[in-house]
Amino acid sequence: MAARSSVEMEASTDSKSWTLRLRQAIDRHLPMDHLLPDRQPYYVGSWVYVFGVVTIAALVWVVVSGVALSFMGPQWWHDSRLGRFVNSLHFWSVQLFFVFMVLHLWGQYFMAGWRHGRAATWMIGVVIFAVSILTAFTGYLSQQNFDAQFIGVNAKDAMNSAGIGAFFNVLNFGQMYGLHIMLLPIGVTILVVLHIVMVRTRGVVKPIDDEGGARP
Amino acid sequence: MGAIQEEYYRGVRMVPYDLVKELFIGLAGVGVLTLLAALILSSPDVAPVTIANWAQSDPVDFVTTATGELAGSTTSAGYGDPYNTAGEGQSWGPIAPQRWFGTRIPVDSANAFVIQPLQRASVGNSEVASALDAWQKATADQQTKWLDAYTKVLPDAKVTDGKVVVADGDYGPLPVMMSNLLGVAQAGGLDGLLVISGRFYQTDYTQPLLFIGDGGYFPGLADQAHLTGSQWGMMNETGSYPGQTWLWLYTTWYQVWPFTSESGFLGLNASNADLGIIILMTVLTAALALVPFIPGLRDIPRWVPVHRVIWRRYYAPRKG
Repeated sequence: MAARSSVEMEASTDSKSWTLRLRQAIDRHLPMDHLLPDRQPYYVGSWVYVFGVVTIAALVWVVVSGVALSFMGPQWWHDSRLGRFVNSLHFWSVQLFFVFMVLHLWGQYFMAGWRHGRAATWMIGVVIFAVSILTAFTGYLSQQNFDAQFIGVNAKDAMNSAGIGAFFNVLNFGQMYGLHIMLLPIGVTILVVLHIVMVRTRGVVKPIDDEGGARP
Repeated sequence: MGAIQEEYYRGVRMVPYDLVKELFIGLAGVGVLTLLAALILSSPDVAPVTIANWAQSDPVDFVTTATGELAGSTTSAGYGDPYNTAGEGQSWGPIAPQRWFGTRIPVDSANAFVIQPLQRASVGNSEVASALDAWQKATADQQTKWLDAYTKVLPDAKVTDGKVVVADGDYGPLPVMMSNLLGVAQAGGLDGLLVISGRFYQTDYTQPLLFIGDGGYFPGLADQAHLTGSQWGMMNETGSYPGQTWLWLYTTWYQVWPFTSESGFLGLNASNADLGIIILMTVLTAALALVPFIPGLRDIPRWVPVHRVIWRRYYAPRKG
């Protein structure tokens, strides 16, 4: 029995083990008390800190209502009162998502939230903003109503002028709908998870003082 | 606490905090707001325009547009890439991405929107078949003469029993072709004919949307709904609902010089506004992402004392 234990110990401390290395890296950079902290610096007391959390909360409602809409199909909400209500939930949660995200962005700007090694967190945040705009745009194009028609007919000129329209055809409902309910939401979700992990890894930034200025 | 934060927060007083509770309160709060907005305000859903609606509501505009498709004078007929090679597309100096990728979504407006639908409608209809035959056997010069003459009288056309009636003249087979195309469109047939592509299932509405967009009826409805570009259309939906308000900066450029000007500045003007604005917004988005590395932009938060309000507890004079 003793011999068997020593074999197990040897295997688990093998420095070439990818599994062990990954676990050690996670333990080192993102232990559970970072991921789910129960203590924060005393200066974390402003409403500005809430904007990030409510942006995630709005995203949850966007995804939940969007999953219901996609499950029932793109025609459902035009013909059913319940469908119209679920579409309204989706519509307003998207509006709130953007309001909170912009407030979060401005808040982080005036806090110079990129300082002390957090530049990548800021940059991923801007990418989330851009991909969210693209996701919402494909949603507006997927509405199958007058708004979708007019947005498509107008937006095609901008897309075509930049050469994007040759691959991203805003008049092709199937392409826009597929991107809207599958690839782009997955992209936003992955980026948001990455953003949160980066925030939780380093913690919230310290207040601005003269030391280091506003450099990243 | 992990090594990174342990070092970063050394000497900083830590206080109790409940992240999960905050998240659940956020979920509930946003959920209530969304629910109230959905219950009280609902969401916009104005029915789409069909080609049948258009042909029934404004037959003269429909026939004028279809004639324009044959003449090659509509927006889609002279568009250029990615639909055809009839136009140059937008460019800014050597930057011409519209041309770089070529004709990837081919659309031949005259054939797709007029000739092919009429060929299908000509089955069992000898009048249409002989009109089409006369049109296709005519020389290009003759076709142009008929088109010019017909286009000139269309603004004074009258609508009688849903049909477009013009003053007598030599228009060749055009009146028969247009009358039958209008009939097919009014019956709803053209909505189907423009989306079939040899397959039963389809989800691509490029052709009917280009055709509808070429007319005056569709943009007229959009104008009434305050959706056009000069009306900050990107920000609005039908009714009083907000649109993509987050595109306010993108939309703003369409309202200001040089993108509203014919002469423009450094080659950027109204004719290549789309390309210029896409380039400008790409640069601005990249700048936003790179703010941490841009001196001046990254220093504004230090100069503007908003942070002193956010962290007032930190900056407050210490007692004792």
